[in-house]
Amino acid sequence: MKNSARAALYFLLPSFVFVGLFSIFPIVESFRLSFYRLILILPWLGQKMVGIENYTDLVSDPVARDAFGATLLFITVTIPLELLFGLGIALILNQTFRGRGLLRAVVLIPWAIPTVVSSQMWRFIFNDRYGLVNFLLFGADTSRYIAALADPYLAMISIMAAEIWKTTPFAALIILAGLQGISDDLYEAASVDGASSWQKFRHITLPLLKPALLLALLFRTIDALRVFDLVYVMTQGGPADATNVLQFYGYKKTFAEGMVGYGSAIAVTVFAMSLALSLAYLRVFRTSRLQGSNP
Amino acid sequence: MKRTITLVLFSTGIALYCLVPFLWFVLTSLKSNAELAAIPPVLIPSFHLDFYRSALHQYGLLHYIVNSAIVAGSATMVTIAIGSLAAYAIARFNLKWTNFYLFLLLAISMFPQIAIAGPVWTMLDRLELLNTYPGLVAAYISLSLPLAIWILTTFFREVPGEIEEAALLDGCSRIQALYKIVLPLAAPGILTAALLVFIHAWNEFFFALIIMTDPNVQTLPVGIALFPGEYTMPWGEIAAASTIATMPLILLTLVFQRGIVRGLSAGAVKG
Repeated sequence: MKNSARAALYFLLPSFVFVGLFSIFPIVESFRLSFYRLILILPWLGQKMVGIENYTDLVSDPVARDAFGATLLFITVTIPLELLFGLGIALILNQTFRGRGLLRAVVLIPWAIPTVVSSQMWRFIFNDRYGLVNFLLFGADTSRYIAALADPYLAMISIMAAEIWKTTPFAALIILAGLQGISDDLYEAASVDGASSWQKFRHITLPLLKPALLLALLFRTIDALRVFDLVYVMTQGGPADATNVLQFYGYKKTFAEGMVGYGSAIAVTVFAMSLALSLAYLRVFRTSRLQGSNP
Repeated sequence: MKRTITLVLFSTGIALYCLVPFLWFVLTSLKSNAELAAIPPVLIPSFHLDFYRSALHQYGLLHYIVNSAIVAGSATMVTIAIGSLAAYAIARFNLKWTNFYLFLLLAISMFPQIAIAGPVWTMLDRLELLNTYPGLVAAYISLSLPLAIWILTTFFREVPGEIEEAALLDGCSRIQALYKIVLPLAAPGILTAALLVFIHAWNEFFFALIIMTDPNVQTLPVGIALFPGEYTMPWGEIAAASTIATMPLILLTLVFQRGIVRGLSAGAVKG
């Protein structure tokens, strides 16, 4: 018994080194730095312990409050739409028909495209002169062409559209895996009892799909919370901070302005949000699973 | 009949949704300068390669491709080597703390990048690893390890233990059992994990942006994001560079789609 524990330790040691140095240590260090005042462009001030001052500053910082709002808005609009489209795509991919393999491969394409590429692509699609969106909306009437990324509301809608397009395939794949776990016998039994397609979907598919849907919700929310590439390429947080999501704001404070302490407080806040969300979902997930196994 | 029509309609809709935006960008990369500047836009280009030439020669795209290949390639190799060792221990010894470690890895994979970026940057700065391949590769290894270990553990658990136990009784060491028996039998799983790690490293932007500030060592995503041009964007060249950066991934995805679908849902649905 002792022997296998020691053997396991040797096998796991290399991974401990990397995970420890690049994940565990940095998160602890970020937490520590969030209680210090450390400004890289003012090195003579040194590192000064300031307690929770960075956090109180964060609460009273109007830009941070807007960043929080922008992040929440981004999540609450994109996630439901991704899950809805993902469910639709998964339901089609779960049918047997010729060309299903090909369609599944096509669905993977948005997922495989580098986010930076899809960001430039959508920036071009929303372009005020050459963009496809303007062309489809207004045709040759160039006087009506809109600079979507220069308008606070439309810029937010644009990055949401780009995010939904890119991440729906992932949601679809997780939901598809859930669908494939539902036994055909249930549907056959329901057909014998004369259930309609809608009734089958409502009373068999949806309840049994709940774990997969929750899982897709969990992964997608945590991922949406750290949206960065899209904002960096498409809007740089603008116009007028309309798309200044938390991860971008944290990046700007830490790496552009060198406010390491304050940036760490933002980083810890994003981390706490993602942790709280995971725990909340896992709780719901567990209870739903327990109910599922003891009907 | 009605079912067939519905399926065809929906399948076409899904295919258009997934393909049209990117196809539009690919078509843009094949335009001539005049076609690109046309307002309203020209839909079908005359298939010029000028923008590809200009992206490669004027903007030094080849350089970024080489950097990306070096970084993503070495990150994938080291991650799979280290990940296989870890996944083997978790799958075979099945101890309480190794299973706990597996869940810790899941939690770590959910860290927002910004939460670790500052200290990672400072550490690489002190080790004088900023703007070097090993610096970025080390960061990618640790970012990819959780996913790799999850996928590899799932596949290793499916390899029956009997052959291995017989080999162990014959005096084979654990390491030999891993390299001679488990790895060959779990080859499809290793390929899947390697593909996902490679795609992740090839696409990663945030850490590449903060670690590589010297254009000589920057990877493709950084090059494409920072394409020079404040007032007039060189859209033709950006589209050409984007197409080049994406083609290898689309090919890999089309060839290995079964494995990728399985790998993506392996960690997810069983957890």
